[in-house]
Amino acid sequence: MVGQLVEGPVAVQLPRRARRNYTPYLLLVPGLAWLVVFFIVPMLSLASQSLQTGSVESGYTQTWNFQTYVDALSQFWPHFARSIVFAGTATVFTLLLAYPLAYFMAQKAGRWKNILLVLVIAPFFTSFLIRTLAWQTILTDNGPVVALARSLHFTNLLQSLSLTSNDSLMNSRFAVICGLTYNFLPFMILPLYANLERLDHSLIEAAGDLYATPIQTFWKVTWPLSLPGVVGGTLLTFIPAAGDFINSRLLGNTQTVMIGQVIDSEFLQIQDYAVAAALSFMLMAVIVVIVALYVRRAGTEELV
Amino acid sequence: MTEKTSGDLKLKGVTKRYDTFTAVDDLDLVIPRGSFFALLGPSGCGKTTTLRMVAGLDQPTIGQIWIGDQDITDTRAYQRNVNTVFQSYALFPHLSILDNVTFGLRRRKVSDYKAQAMEALELVQLAHIAKKKPGQLSGGMQQRVALARAIVNRPDVLLLDEPLGALDLKLRRQMQIELKQIQSEVGLTFVHVTHDQEEAMTMADTIAVMNSGRLEQVADPATLYERPTSTFVANFLGQSNLLKATVKGRTGTTAELDVHGVNLRLPVDRLKETTKELWLGVRPEKLRLVGSTDGDGADHSADDHAQQNRLTGVVVDASFTGLATNYMVRLPWGQELMVVQQNDGTRSAARGAEVSLGWAPEHGFALNASQDAHAGAQDQADDSGAI
Repeated sequence: MVGQLVEGPVAVQLPRRARRNYTPYLLLVPGLAWLVVFFIVPMLSLASQSLQTGSVESGYTQTWNFQTYVDALSQFWPHFARSIVFAGTATVFTLLLAYPLAYFMAQKAGRWKNILLVLVIAPFFTSFLIRTLAWQTILTDNGPVVALARSLHFTNLLQSLSLTSNDSLMNSRFAVICGLTYNFLPFMILPLYANLERLDHSLIEAAGDLYATPIQTFWKVTWPLSLPGVVGGTLLTFIPAAGDFINSRLLGNTQTVMIGQVIDSEFLQIQDYAVAAALSFMLMAVIVVIVALYVRRAGTEELV
Repeated sequence: MTEKTSGDLKLKGVTKRYDTFTAVDDLDLVIPRGSFFALLGPSGCGKTTTLRMVAGLDQPTIGQIWIGDQDITDTRAYQRNVNTVFQSYALFPHLSILDNVTFGLRRRKVSDYKAQAMEALELVQLAHIAKKKPGQLSGGMQQRVALARAIVNRPDVLLLDEPLGALDLKLRRQMQIELKQIQSEVGLTFVHVTHDQEEAMTMADTIAVMNSGRLEQVADPATLYERPTSTFVANFLGQSNLLKATVKGRTGTTAELDVHGVNLRLPVDRLKETTKELWLGVRPEKLRLVGSTDGDGADHSADDHAQQNRLTGVVVDASFTGLATNYMVRLPWGQELMVVQQNDGTRSAARGAEVSLGWAPEHGFALNASQDAHAGAQDQADDSGAI
């Protein structure tokens, strides 16, 4: 289409047309090649690996052994369930923290908008690992956070919710969920911000003009219009959080092991490649199913 | 302290200041219940700010806003029985047309909201698209939905913020007539904000002309046009020729004026008793080409009589527009007058011709000589160019 606009005399049209037809495909080649080499091929190799039997020492043979999946699931289903609960809880917390912040940044911050955006992105300048390790220091037993939590009886509350097992905060479900929430917060803020920034302020005014209280305005106008941002943010948070293995390892205990951590150790420590590959595949399947159900439920395709 | 029965909208000393800028300055205005009222002025004159303060979307810095005997100054937008048709329509994109129209009714827990909404949609002839989403409608249809969504609530005051600005000229003309019909049908108070003087004159019973946050003049369209009280109004509504004049004397109902040595007349009631200096204004279409200075018998017998004002000049430009011909006539002292002559078979003149201009004294109006003769002229040109 662009070509038609800039095209000159008929005489030069032929060579140009030939080039115009191939250029888009040529531009697709690097991306497609990347996906084939680093996504499709490893996926197939992983699928094949999960259906092989053998060991690292004696080598693997393709035996189409589906029993691996059954065994892996019966042994590790609690880790699956835990991963989904942890990731889901962390997603809810990121949403609760990110929504007001993104709303403020997008609608109220004015000239502070860009500074706030930089502050949201700033943690990415440090490694994921360092940031997670920092939580060990924050939640350490003789630190001020724990002291404050104890004096406010917050530790008791967490214990009664079985988020912690004693009156400290580290190495607990609570710590893992904190770490996940913290690490994935920017992935929730940014899509929400992008969405809420486009929210036409006159719609908010129109709702108020039509007798909606501020709370009604939020639930009837702002929230439904921000659903695409909410869905985007929750997916970007939930999917990586469900497969995360750093937070549970650095901040949790033996009772908080998530499926990512299991896959990690099956591959690298136990070196049972078949089980590790089967777990990876099942994690992917579980996430795809959850996401598909969720997106259908949220019904965002109806939104303009 | 106010008339209990009336649901008039009253603004009392309303001022809106932003940091250093005063958007609306000490505005006093009474808008009678059931009237079609226009707030007219160039961009940035404070008309939209005034509207937003009535809607409750902005708070006045000083002053009060009353509807009938109720002071609504400190109430929030959702507590006011006032609805707005926004310039951008602001239809909720995620709701169907019907849900858009029922929005206000449902917030107020009206029981038969659906029936009322359908009735309002029928009024704007859009009942058949009740199930569609706003994104599927044309601009003109969205505009009507916005109107239905506001009207359905039967507000004390309906505010229209340049509602026709986004429509093309033909649709705009059509909607002007429709809006006026709808207003007389539902009998609500309409306050219409516009920078389009023709639109305001076509639709409104009463027009308030605003400039730089202040009211210039409030009157019905004919009075505004025929008897402007400031050079801004004279130039912003249509075009005006303004001549620097001095009062020489008053005889009975007529004042004798001196304009660069020429003797002209004006009904004495157009002047204050103390006036010595003034701008004598006359609209271009009130001027008649009455032939060259030597005159000819036909013209003289047709429309010349002793009371006619006369000026002579040379045609420096003539442009034919179909309905009329627009002339620029240069007077002996260099000033150029605009003359609009209907193409009704009467006299025409070529460029360079020496002509005589005549007009009846009662078509003249007097303006304060201390005012800028060009006030408002530039604003109008800017705004019409922006459409």
